[in-house]
Order: sequence, then structure tokens, then C-alpha cells
Amino acid sequence: MSKRRFSFPYLIWMSIFIVVPLLLIIFYAFTDNSSGKTVFTLEHLKAIFEPLYLKVIGRSLYMSLIATVVCFILGYPAAMILASKDFAKKSTMLILIVLPMWMNFLLRTYSWLSLLENEGLINRFLTSIGFEQVQLMYNNFAVVLGMVYNFLPFMILPIYSVLVKIDKSVIEAAKDLGANSAKVFGRVIFPLSIPGVISGITMTFMPALSTFVISRLLSGGKITLIGNIIEQQFTITGDWGLGSALSLLLMVLIFVSMIFINKYGDESVGAGGLL
Amino acid sequence: MKKLLQRIYLFLILLFLYAPIIVLIVYSFNESKSRAVWQGFSLTWYQQLFTDSKILNALETTLLIALVASVIATVLGTFAALGIIKMKKKTFETVRTITYIPVLNPDIVTGVSLMMLFAFVGIELGFISMLLAHITFCTPYVIISVLPKLYQTDISVYEAAQDLGATPFYALRKTIIPQLMPGIVTGFLLSFTLSVDDFVISYFTTGGHVENLSMIVFSMARKGVNPKINAVSALLFVTVMALLLIVNKRELSSKRHANKSKATLLNREKQILSMGENEEK
Repeated sequence: MSKRRFSFPYLIWMSIFIVVPLLLIIFYAFTDNSSGKTVFTLEHLKAIFEPLYLKVIGRSLYMSLIATVVCFILGYPAAMILASKDFAKKSTMLILIVLPMWMNFLLRTYSWLSLLENEGLINRFLTSIGFEQVQLMYNNFAVVLGMVYNFLPFMILPIYSVLVKIDKSVIEAAKDLGANSAKVFGRVIFPLSIPGVISGITMTFMPALSTFVISRLLSGGKITLIGNIIEQQFTITGDWGLGSALSLLLMVLIFVSMIFINKYGDESVGAGGLL
Repeated sequence: MKKLLQRIYLFLILLFLYAPIIVLIVYSFNESKSRAVWQGFSLTWYQQLFTDSKILNALETTLLIALVASVIATVLGTFAALGIIKMKKKTFETVRTITYIPVLNPDIVTGVSLMMLFAFVGIELGFISMLLAHITFCTPYVIISVLPKLYQTDISVYEAAQDLGATPFYALRKTIIPQLMPGIVTGFLLSFTLSVDDFVISYFTTGGHVENLSMIVFSMARKGVNPKINAVSALLFVTVMALLLIVNKRELSSKRHANKSKATLLNREKQILSMGENEEK
């Protein structure tokens, strides 16, 4: 008895709504029909490398990189503390850290507005204790903060899941052989956690790179990232060719990082956790 | 001392993660329209929500899409899982890889690619297109939730039922589906949550005046903070949070691991898959 046919409706669905749309991205990225006829072109891909867009891509990479580094610096200790076994209420803590991963990025970003605004809570506090009002929004700082806020759990979780799997006897052995805490960390714990670190970096970097909501809301539209350009092409400008070319670039970056994760990352969290 | 420092550090991280949300919810009860001044508790903004026809429409759209999309995704995904598991290894791998694409791709890419599809085949952007998009990104999560349960299922009961004269569908309904139920329900709840929660994909696949709550929040938030959005956001947060806690609790009770997330859900599927492969050998 073959139950294979049960999956046929899904296979059809999958072909139409997953495969065809991807082919369309490739199609629009490589064709042009401004003259009324559809012709093959590399113009859209070339356009990506014009100074205007190259600058945006550079800025996106730079800001996502900073956000990733900050997430790593904040997240690694948190993951270590969570993984240390002498810790009651660990599962509650873990759920609290994981829950935001699932919650709406838009809402979580919006929640910073009332804190960061010129008339916002932080500035009210500062002025009430005699400081000058500080411009917290509409700048790079706000966008990076938004990224760190949104993606920090994505750094903590994979590092945590690698750290808890480390065999405690290896650490004890290192200690028995006379290693101090710093050495145990540098020579044993950290090297063993590298797969988790790589997964965490990818899971933070990729969504930061493709966001348009964070930059739109926290910079008030002043800072343009790759995501914003794509959004504009599809909602305002109508230049699907360029929009598709940029989407293709994002997909290639994802694809490359997936290969990277599969090779060096913690496979168990790598592929699955990327959002 | 060290322990205390560790606790303080974790507390600060959690404070960072939750403070903005808490502030947002608290200020949704603020009487004053000016944002940062607290002028007393009030439900004004919530009352206003229920007289704002635009917001009420969005609420209806959000819930209707979530319900219909998650029901269809659950049926589609469950049958998909039943069929996929019987495939040859190569086909199985291919289907699985394609299924993961909407999970792995940035939402913006999924959104614009579906938008182009709808334009290409001539479906007008609106309720239907948004519904189709939601079914598309929900179904993989159902498959991911059902597959692991399927590996634990005892197929022989199903075969026995058929030997005893049950039709394939009757046998399926009476033997396999009950065993899969926990996975199916988790898949349904996940789909519902993701659908209610989605902004980016909806943003690109809707049109006309069909908007969900997230889109209302976005269009209002572009103009700055507004206590009404705080109220909408607070409602959305509480709903999604409650749904997530239910999903997590179900997962917790079915398996003892605390660590339940998209990552671990998929992770478990992978482990079980590799187990399945070993058994084949």
C-alpha cells in the first residue's frame, strides 16, 4: 500500500507557492521588458554594484556585523550562566529567553520608540536628573540597538545548546591537570563551543542583514538598508528587476552561510534555527 | 558572590529583553495622550479600539486568516507528512529541502517572491492572496511538527486494521491519526501563532484595504508613538505570548526538555530522521 499519494496535494502546493516564486525571482533578476519584449539582461545585477547601492550593501553589512558582535559579547556569558548546571529555575529562564524569538519583530521594535524618542522615557529621565536631552533615535545607534534587541536570543540559544552538551568530565580532567579557570575556558570550553558560536553568528547576522522594519522605524526612514531598498522597489518604485536582483543576493548569502554552518557549525541547531 | 553576579547578569539580560514590552503595555493603560507622562490608569485606548472600524476590520482579517490558514495548513501538512515519509530517500531529501525554504529564507524574500507570483498569474492582491501566502509559510511548520510523531508511530496497527477489512481512510483515521494528534495540534497552534504574528509576508501579499493588525501598527508607527497602537500591540503580545506558552507547555509535557524553539523543534526532527535512516539500514 502506498501512502505516497497523500502528499500529492502538498507537492502541488509546494511547486506553485515555493518553487515557482523562487524561479520568478531569478527570472525578473535576469530579464528586462522595458522595451515591451522580454530579453535577457545583466543590467540589474550590474546595478547592484553602482556606488549608490554598493554603499547601502556596505552599510547593511557593517551594521549587521556590529550588531552581531554586540550580541556575541552579551550573549556568550548569558549562555554560559544558563548552561552551568547548578542553577534552579533553568527551564523558566530558558523559555523567557526563547519566547521573544517567536514574537513579532515589528511590535518589539515599536516598543523601543516610546523609550528612545526625544520626549521618550529615557530622555525624560535624563532631563529630570539634570542632563541634556540626547538624540537617541534616527541614527545608527538606534538601528544597531534594535537589531541587538531583536536578535540576541538567536545568539544565546545555539551557544547554550552546545555548551550544555559539553562533557563535564573533560573540564574536570583539565582542572585535575592543573589548568586554572581562564585556561579551562580558553583551551577547553571555548573551542568546544565554536560550532554553537558559528550558528549563533549566522542566526543573528542574516536576519539583521535582511531587515527593513528596524531601520524604517528606529531611524524614521533616514537610514537605508538592503531590506529597505527591496521594499521600495516592490511597493513604490516598481522596479522588480532590481528588487529581484537584491533578493537573489540575500538568498545567495543565506545559501553560502548554510553551507558554512553545515560544515563548521553545530548542525543540530544550525539549519533549523535560521529564520 | 560569583553566583550573585551571574544572577544579576541574567536578570539584566531579561530586563533588556522585556522592559520595552512591559513599558509599552503599561503605557497602553495611560490616560494621557502625551506619551511619556503618566496621568493615571484608564481603559480609554482599549475602548477606542472597539469603536475604530479600521482596527476592528483588521482584527477580523487577522483572526479569519489565521484560522482558515492554520486549518488548511494542518490538513495539507499532515497528509504531506504521511506521504513524504514513504518516499525514496532522494525524493524525500529534495522535498524536505524545498519545505525548509520558507523557514530559512528571509521573510522579505518570501514576501516579494509570492507578490510576484500573484501578479504573474493574475491574482489580485487582497484577502485571498494573503491567505494563500499564510498557508504557504505555515504548512512547513505543521510538517516539522508531525514528522517526528510519525516516526514513533506503530504502522503495524494500521496494516492490521486493513487486514481486518477497514478501508485505508478508515484505518488511517482510527489508528494513525490518534497517534499523531499531539504533533498535529502543535502544528496547528504554531501555524495560528505565526499567522497572527506575521507582518512582513502579509505586507507584501495584500492589497486593497485588506490589512491585518501588524500592518495597522506599522502604518501608524511610522508616524510615531500612539497610545492606540500601544493598546493593539499589548493585545497582540498577550495573545501570542499565551499561545506560545501553550505550545511550550505541550512540548514540555510530551518531552522533558525545557528548550523548545523553532531551532530545537527542527533539531529534534533531524535527530529522529537520522534514527529512521539507521533503522532502514
